[in-house]
Amino acid sequence: MAICILWPMLQLAQFEPMLLIDPNNTKVMGDFLVQFIPPNIQLEFLSLVLKATVETLAMATAGIALAMIIAVPLGLIISYSLSISRIGPTSDHQLAQFVRFIARTLMLVLRGIPEIVWALLLVRVFGLGPIAGVLAIAITYGGMLAKVYSEILESGNTLPARALILSGSGRVASFLYGLLPNSAQELASYTIYRWECAVRASVVMGFVGAGGLGQLMDQSMKMLNGGEVSTILIVFLGLVLLADYISLVIRKQLV
Amino acid sequence: MGFSLQQLSFEHSNGTPALSQVSLVASAGECIAIIGPSGSGKTTLLNILATALKPTHGNAEILEANPWNLSKASLRKLRSAIGLVHQAPPIPLRQRVITAILAGRLGQWPLWKSILSLIYPVDIPGPQSCLERLDLSDKLFDRCDCLSGGQLQRVGVARVMYQEPQLILADEPVSAMDPVLSDLTISVLIAETKKRNATLVSSLHAVDIALRWFPRIVGIRDGQVMFDLPASQVSEVILKDLYASELGGLPTQLNKATL
Repeated sequence: MAICILWPMLQLAQFEPMLLIDPNNTKVMGDFLVQFIPPNIQLEFLSLVLKATVETLAMATAGIALAMIIAVPLGLIISYSLSISRIGPTSDHQLAQFVRFIARTLMLVLRGIPEIVWALLLVRVFGLGPIAGVLAIAITYGGMLAKVYSEILESGNTLPARALILSGSGRVASFLYGLLPNSAQELASYTIYRWECAVRASVVMGFVGAGGLGQLMDQSMKMLNGGEVSTILIVFLGLVLLADYISLVIRKQLV
Repeated sequence: MGFSLQQLSFEHSNGTPALSQVSLVASAGECIAIIGPSGSGKTTLLNILATALKPTHGNAEILEANPWNLSKASLRKLRSAIGLVHQAPPIPLRQRVITAILAGRLGQWPLWKSILSLIYPVDIPGPQSCLERLDLSDKLFDRCDCLSGGQLQRVGVARVMYQEPQLILADEPVSAMDPVLSDLTISVLIAETKKRNATLVSSLHAVDIALRWFPRIVGIRDGQVMFDLPASQVSEVILKDLYASELGGLPTQLNKATL
């Protein structure tokens, strides 16, 4: 049964494992992979990698910072646990529901389109360089962060925020005093995880000309320079480990 | 000030009636205890007074305003003058006691002050004096997850005292305290009400506390007001009738455990 379904699917997906062991292909791949060792550690190339790493980190960080500027207000608007008009409900509840619907749709559009597509579009507008990457990350991740923020805020104990609203407090103050103490850790850790994803995404976007490590890797790949590619991959793993470590430190701080 | 409920009914969204034809009027300076078997509608009544629930039928005038006709800003202002002591204090456990008490004034503060106070408490003597009256002053800078149930309940009371509302509502405010602390907490709430000429409405499970401290007692059963009498006129017979559906004797502090 599984095979009956799988087989046509594999055909459709042009899954041809035989190509992997085709002698021509194995030779090219083999030559490329052999070059991985040793990694290229010439000073000249390393300084290039360093510059690209800084560019990638800056792109990811600036992207996430902008994404948070989009996500925090959206998350607070969408979250039901901070809805003032829901209590009762008051007469302007329908209007509030409509605003929430608009915000949700906006969020869906932002995150529904992959960052690479945004990057391709924005490269047309801003030309080659990191700014397209930064904006692409900001847009997509803004939508993702807003969704997860609002879900985190709804999943915990929402009674403290409701009680504050009932004593006349506004939405933002209710969030700060009622929800943030219990959800700060989760919010921070998810944001850092997204930063890690942004580092990865900015590498991918480098391939379409958005600068950073990705662009460097693209050049090295096209020249089939295995040593350079392996150096970049090692730096890359280092970055992900670094993100993991930062996340751990911040989570410990918030306990 | 005070409030006035006229022919008020409330049904839950699934159609279950919780209150029917309740009329209740209170003026400034009054202290009212609401008693009745569990599930009788005490909490629903308090929630209506707290503007947390909208009556299905009838009128609710609270502090001389109908909350459901007000603009957003006026409703917010009205709510900042109503303080509700919850049975389970709605306080994030990671919060420090002082922050939890300061949160009582969020409705009166501008946003910048609320944010500033998270960095450094804008008022320390205020919360300190509230806690002192409740015999809890040494806990001011502790985190709420270090407190016992009864201590947390008193922090909830301290928050409402710090809010300085015109209408003080309390939903079983002493359910997690021993008799001595219960009496202390109720006496503080009553003193606070008298001092600022506010109105206090408290639901209570223990009939003896209600009779000892409150001049006016309202008995509720099945969502209806059974009696509304001065404490001196509430007789054993009336109480037995109110609690007829419950097994055993009248619920008091001492036989709480058997209920």
